Amino acid sequence: MIKPNKTLSVTVLGAGYLFLYLPIVLLVIYSFNESKLVTLWSGFSTKWYAALLEDDELISAAWLSIRIALLTATASVVVGTVAGFVLARFGRFRLFTLFSAMINAPLVMPEVIIGISMLLLFVQMGQLLGWPQGRGLMTIWIGHTTLCVSYVAIIVQSRVRELDMSLEEAAMDLGATPGKIFFAITLPLISQALVSGWLLSFTLSLDDLVLTAFLSGPGSTTLPLVVFSRVRLGLNPEMNALATLFISSVTIGVVAVNWYMRAAERKLAREMRMAFAAEAA
Amino acid sequence: MMNERMNSQALAATQNERADFVQVIDVVKNFGEHVALNSVSLTIKKNELFALLGSSGCGKSTLLRILAGFETATSGKILVDGEDLSRIPPYRRPVNMMFQSYALFPHMTVEDNVAFGLKQEGVPKNEIKERVADVLELVQMKKFARRKPHQLSGGQQQRVALARSLVKRPKLLLLDEPMSALDKKIRQKTQLELVNIIEKVDVTCIMVTHDQEEAMTMATRLAVMSDGEVIQVGTPNQVYEYPNCRFTAEFIGSTNLLDGVVVEDEPDHVFVECPGLDQRLHINHGITGPLGMEVSVSIRPERVRVTREKPEQKYNYAHGVVKDLAYMGSYTLYHVQLANGKIFLANLSSLVLASDDAPSYDDEVYVSWGASSQVVLTS
Repeated sequence: MIKPNKTLSVTVLGAGYLFLYLPIVLLVIYSFNESKLVTLWSGFSTKWYAALLEDDELISAAWLSIRIALLTATASVVVGTVAGFVLARFGRFRLFTLFSAMINAPLVMPEVIIGISMLLLFVQMGQLLGWPQGRGLMTIWIGHTTLCVSYVAIIVQSRVRELDMSLEEAAMDLGATPGKIFFAITLPLISQALVSGWLLSFTLSLDDLVLTAFLSGPGSTTLPLVVFSRVRLGLNPEMNALATLFISSVTIGVVAVNWYMRAAERKLAREMRMAFAAEAA
Repeated sequence: MMNERMNSQALAATQNERADFVQVIDVVKNFGEHVALNSVSLTIKKNELFALLGSSGCGKSTLLRILAGFETATSGKILVDGEDLSRIPPYRRPVNMMFQSYALFPHMTVEDNVAFGLKQEGVPKNEIKERVADVLELVQMKKFARRKPHQLSGGQQQRVALARSLVKRPKLLLLDEPMSALDKKIRQKTQLELVNIIEKVDVTCIMVTHDQEEAMTMATRLAVMSDGEVIQVGTPNQVYEYPNCRFTAEFIGSTNLLDGVVVEDEPDHVFVECPGLDQRLHINHGITGPLGMEVSVSIRPERVRVTREKPEQKYNYAHGVVKDLAYMGSYTLYHVQLANGKIFLANLSSLVLASDDAPSYDDEVYVSWGASSQVVLTS
């Protein structure tokens, strides 16, 4: 048996975390830098946060990104749930392999290729059908949704697979029609998967750059596009401030969700213990 | 007088109707190459608690799932109260099932779980409330109405599941391994409780189990199944005392099987000669079959006496050595090795053991049994 070396494991763990989080910590620290130069510390200040609030371009880009992320997450959950449910429950129907491969393809296909092909499609459609007129929110939305559907479908599929079939059978036995069963039993039971699928799609859409670059048009510049174009002109502590805001909101969100889920689990465990104690008594 | 006759006529009619309330006619189910049910036919009386008994993979669960509508039979017909089930989708059948895992909806309270079936039917709200309250009262779960399933113990969950399958007043109630999710300790108590509740409601019930004790305790009649076929149907007593073949004799309880040949065949008795046994077996009833037919004779361990002295009877005994003793509390199971090397089982009640100088390990003993304690099996 290999003896665990405590010093070694602590060092490796520490190095790993340092590698992951040191850049982020530096970024946060420099968001409070007074100097215009990102790499030179000259004193504490919150002026870049103030500048951020007055930056109309950035704010409208952020607003657009959030709207697209909301739309994408919702559309992906709807389409992805149907796809995941079909994959998990309809057995091996004809063309099952093709269907499942096509659902998973966007995960492994380079985004650049998806971007180019969708751009070509939209241009062609615009010429032949007159829709979409140019590119903007709608085309970005469609593009992001095709990408995120795969993620949702995979999450939903695995959740539905582990669902006890007898629950749905029981509902059918009690007189619920297949459609009713889906909405009254299956959906509530996989709601956690839907929430995580929604959140994942939201984040994926919010920070997508490659696909958006192909599908955006004049007047529809998303936040990642703005940040990227500005960074090319030279880094600005305003970006640090923006990043800090994002990081803190994400951190708060993750911590809050974790805390809530832990509390719920503890409550469940306590209630189950009490139920069994009652039986033993 | 006239009245009486009409009554008896009506009675006969209802009895007739009771006799074949559920009819399973020649049902076959294939899963690809595999034959899960091979031409099964059964009739079940009204208000009967009927058990399908068999080891796993014998087709009992498949039959239950066909009755519920989750599987469709390859061929055959099932009638409940004269109505052909195959044409009714599972969500409209007058059949409800209590699942092995109970399958309570985890996101609903006890009350909502029980009300679910009635809501699907479109029963008016106040009637739902009334019927849910009544059925929860019946299973003594009224005070837990607002709880979620995970806040209940196994036994309580089972009662909620029972309430949920009874609330729609099904013509046929299906129980899938009703006790398997419970601790052994509370099983016996629960078995009787369940039977009591089912007897209170006007329902015909089919249960599936692999536990022969459970089937014997709960069922009014049972069917022993093996490899997709029904081997024997009867009351627990009939099946135990008069098994119709080697399989049933060995599956229900434990038994001693002696293989032999019929050497003397009279209308009122037969003699069977068993190789390795010094004298013939004397059976005090006639059997149908030719002289020289190969048979097995089944003798239940609790019908066997173990003595140090040679018994006075001329037949139906054997000599052997005590090889093993298994103390079971209320009785002790003797493993006696006969001259031919076969192990013969005998149950001695603790009463007998206490009063006597009881045989122990390596003692030479005689095992003996009465002529009427034997069942001749031809298949």
